[in-house]
Amino acid sequence: MSDPYKKDSGDTVPGEGEDGAASLRGYTLGLALALLLTGASFWVASTNLVWAPSVPVAIVVLAVAQMGVHLVFFLHVTTGPDNTNNVLALAFGTLVVLLVIVGSIWIMGHLSHGMAMDHAAMGNMP
Amino acid sequence: MSSAAGTSSDPHRLGHGRNEDDNQRDTTGHGQGGPASKRIVVGYGFWIYLLSDIVLFSAFFAAYAVLAHATAGGPSGPQIFTRTRVAVETVCLLLSSYCCGLASLGAERRSQLTTQLSLAATGLLGAAFLAIELSEFAELMARGATPTRSAFLSSFFALVGLHGLHVTIGLLWLGTMMAQTWVKGFRPAIMRRLLCFSLFWHALDIVWVGVFSIVYLLGSRA
Repeated sequence: MSDPYKKDSGDTVPGEGEDGAASLRGYTLGLALALLLTGASFWVASTNLVWAPSVPVAIVVLAVAQMGVHLVFFLHVTTGPDNTNNVLALAFGTLVVLLVIVGSIWIMGHLSHGMAMDHAAMGNMP
Repeated sequence: MSSAAGTSSDPHRLGHGRNEDDNQRDTTGHGQGGPASKRIVVGYGFWIYLLSDIVLFSAFFAAYAVLAHATAGGPSGPQIFTRTRVAVETVCLLLSSYCCGLASLGAERRSQLTTQLSLAATGLLGAAFLAIELSEFAELMARGATPTRSAFLSSFFALVGLHGLHVTIGLLWLGTMMAQTWVKGFRPAIMRRLLCFSLFWHALDIVWVGVFSIVYLLGSRA
């Protein structure tokens, strides 16, 4: 680490890692884990061995796990002390993403439910 | 490292730079030691951009989730999605991300050969992904499943197309980076750009994880 442009103790950026966290072993391990989780995801979606109503939950959980693997092994976002800024930004981004997606599904679900009720009510009218 | 007293009171050096004998070295971003280096500032700024890009994608995901069943009598998910093709696409993009990691390792060792070969492999795998996606789009259009057919197909083409557009831009950026690395060598500015490019490429892979899980795997179930 004699490179003056890399040496900046006390802070890290995503993708750089702390103390040479970026290594061939790290990337290969990340690739293996990601392939494993992808394979599990496709298997769960295709098989009949898993109780059908639980499949969407399983797929979402596997997707979140794989995103975590990518963040840690490829982007080197960790919980290390020098990564606090990166993790806080990520946490805020995740909050906004969850608000947008869950909020949209929730509100639009209620809206279409209400519209279905209206149609049913109108259909019953003489 | 820091003094014994400093280590015990602040083992993870969260308040780095607060140690009396450490002021000159570990005060990045804390005033006396001066601002963070340009590499940290650029990388962090690009990380913020990537998060905002992911927020943009989340809006498209939300639109797709809301409209997924609004097929207007047209083709539905299980009728148009092919899982094997998506699996091949996913493996292409995953290996591409891995090669991108190898490229940043090569750049760290200042090895022109490793960097160029890894970047070329990254680009070829990314191009293969894009070619498969475009052939899928062409096939759907030929079958009459165009973006104008239903709200479901509009949101599908918007979400997957937006990701494809990002990959296309990434490929252009990749070509630029290969040329710049070749001509200018591993200057600090080039190293910063390589860092940003690898972040961009890895982030696209994360978005694709969401796409293949939510759109293709959940969407291809009846």
